[in-house]
Amino acid sequence: MSGRRVLITGLASFWGGLVAQALEDDPGVDVIIGLDTREPSVELERTEYVRTDENYSILARIVRAAQIDTIVHTFLIVDSTSMRPKTMHEINVIGTMNLFAAASAPGSTVRDVVVKSSSYVYGASKADPQWFTEESPRSFPPRTRVEQSLEGVEGYVRDFAEDNPHVNVTLLRFSNVLGPDIVTPISRALELPMVPSIFGFDPRVQFVHEDDVVRSILFVLHRHLPGIYNVAGDGLLPWTEVARICGKVTAPMPPVFTGMASKPLRRVGVPLPDELLDLLRYGRGIDNRRLKAAGFRYEYTSAGAVEAFVEALRLRNTLGDSTPAYHYERDVEQFFRHSPAVVRDANGEH
Amino acid sequence: MALPPDPPPESFVASRESIDDILTPTVERSLVPVPSEPEPEPGPLDDPRRSDVDEWGRSEHMRELARRIYEPLYSKWFRAEWEGLENIPTEGGALLVANHAAALPSDAPVIMHGIETELHRPVYGLADQLFRTVPVVNVFWSRLGGVVGHPDNAYRLLREQDQLVLVFPEGSKGPGKTVNQRYQLRRFGRGGFVEIAMRAGVPIVPIAVVGAEESMPILWKSNTIAKALGMPYFPVTANHVVFGPLLGNIAYLPAKFKLKVLDPVYFDVPADQDRYSRSRVMDESESIRTRIQDALYDMVRERRSVWFG
Repeated sequence: MSGRRVLITGLASFWGGLVAQALEDDPGVDVIIGLDTREPSVELERTEYVRTDENYSILARIVRAAQIDTIVHTFLIVDSTSMRPKTMHEINVIGTMNLFAAASAPGSTVRDVVVKSSSYVYGASKADPQWFTEESPRSFPPRTRVEQSLEGVEGYVRDFAEDNPHVNVTLLRFSNVLGPDIVTPISRALELPMVPSIFGFDPRVQFVHEDDVVRSILFVLHRHLPGIYNVAGDGLLPWTEVARICGKVTAPMPPVFTGMASKPLRRVGVPLPDELLDLLRYGRGIDNRRLKAAGFRYEYTSAGAVEAFVEALRLRNTLGDSTPAYHYERDVEQFFRHSPAVVRDANGEH
Repeated sequence: MALPPDPPPESFVASRESIDDILTPTVERSLVPVPSEPEPEPGPLDDPRRSDVDEWGRSEHMRELARRIYEPLYSKWFRAEWEGLENIPTEGGALLVANHAAALPSDAPVIMHGIETELHRPVYGLADQLFRTVPVVNVFWSRLGGVVGHPDNAYRLLREQDQLVLVFPEGSKGPGKTVNQRYQLRRFGRGGFVEIAMRAGVPIVPIAVVGAEESMPILWKSNTIAKALGMPYFPVTANHVVFGPLLGNIAYLPAKFKLKVLDPVYFDVPADQDRYSRSRVMDESESIRTRIQDALYDMVRERRSVWFG
């Protein structure tokens, strides 16, 4: 039996790159094709990079030509501060729509689809249960752009799963991610000398370590596990405790007009989007038992993820950013991969 | 091209270790591979917590402190007296259901503190989401044992964690009564508490509370101001008259508390159903309401004095 032929969206994104790197080590994977609008930011051995526009107009052709059987959809923007709302809508909603249109075209060879969603789809409000299970509905309709777009995305995922019962569709909802490398609005907030909070509120928050994120994506890929799964470390921590693990105190913002009060933080490069302000007020817990029951073992708890982040931060503050930045050079990559002049041994290594 | 097989590793004949060491196979040195151990069950993960706040937001440390501060109020001021405590199960989940009163409800802490000190079982108080929106209050409320009254929370506590959960089915309509309506139970919501108990497969334990009504009775209330402030009711209480407009918001009158735990109600329906017969739910809800109401009438009838019981 020949190996899997995997298409990864968002190759240049943090997750796309990591998943591609991990799949390269897997002998069961024959072909890895990565799509993105930007060039990959990590070094890749055998992944083929294809530049697309943000809504993948050439996707159907790639899927057909490369006989793709597995799609890993990591190109979903959950950090609304990283781009304009319109671009985010294009990438998240229109991109997903086109992806599934291509995957469900007649004669499509796609058999597994993994989508990386976020716990932002649950929102954060006063009426929430302590733990959201995969079936829990939101308490109120989504208010922020990123939540609205993720809800649109999940709608397409559900439609696709319903129309294509022969395809294993996996929807992973990740809690807030922390770790040594990833940069999110929360990690930036925790790097400040004082951690922003909302006066009179100490919500319980949950984190997942970036390694557990990649491991969970690989886990569901290996197991061909269909369904919706929450991915989050064990335990809920009060926000003040998160600050304490970071060795910091909180700087409370007023509980009214909080959005306005958080504006100056934008100046120091720490914009706090509305969905994060909701989280800092009401917190959110997502129930991770379903993925555990399927056999997945976490390597970090919520507190462990915070600790891992802090340790890496201390190292970085002492040594500076030590990893040299990787630059994708198209011609060099093409040469090593395809030129007959490169002598390859039995393993295809040069 | 296949490589020639690796040369066999050298044996340990020339080593200086004692013979016992050589015969005891270890992973590093044995020539015959030691059969690999079955995958060990991974130990607990490293969890560098810095506080004792649990998944429900409770902190045992703060609860201990609060118990010590509250104890004199419970035993000296309200002089709470229980009857029928044996009706509360000593293990397994149970839904405690009581009447609700006083502008700033004094019954919830009395019931929770009472059961926790007498039976040494924690009680989780389900409350309105309003508590979660008030700065500072929401943190203390949750550290001391308050949980938002969401059906999922109740189910988790009752069915999966076998806890005691306290709920006031009257909601804010109970405490919002004026003094002339005291001890007249309001509607018991839409019977949601019965459905939760059925789904969780736990009994309901009704509790009748006398004394709370007089600890902070509402003399007059304004719907207009309440609506403008987004509060369920805006009261002027006897406490405002006695203790002044500031202290009167939190200082209770020393009404004598009497609490009577009634016989538990068991439902012979299977747990974990999506729906339960609406008529059955409403009948059970009404019958529990009637039992608490009757018990209240009896207790008030026997009461000689509001202050001395």
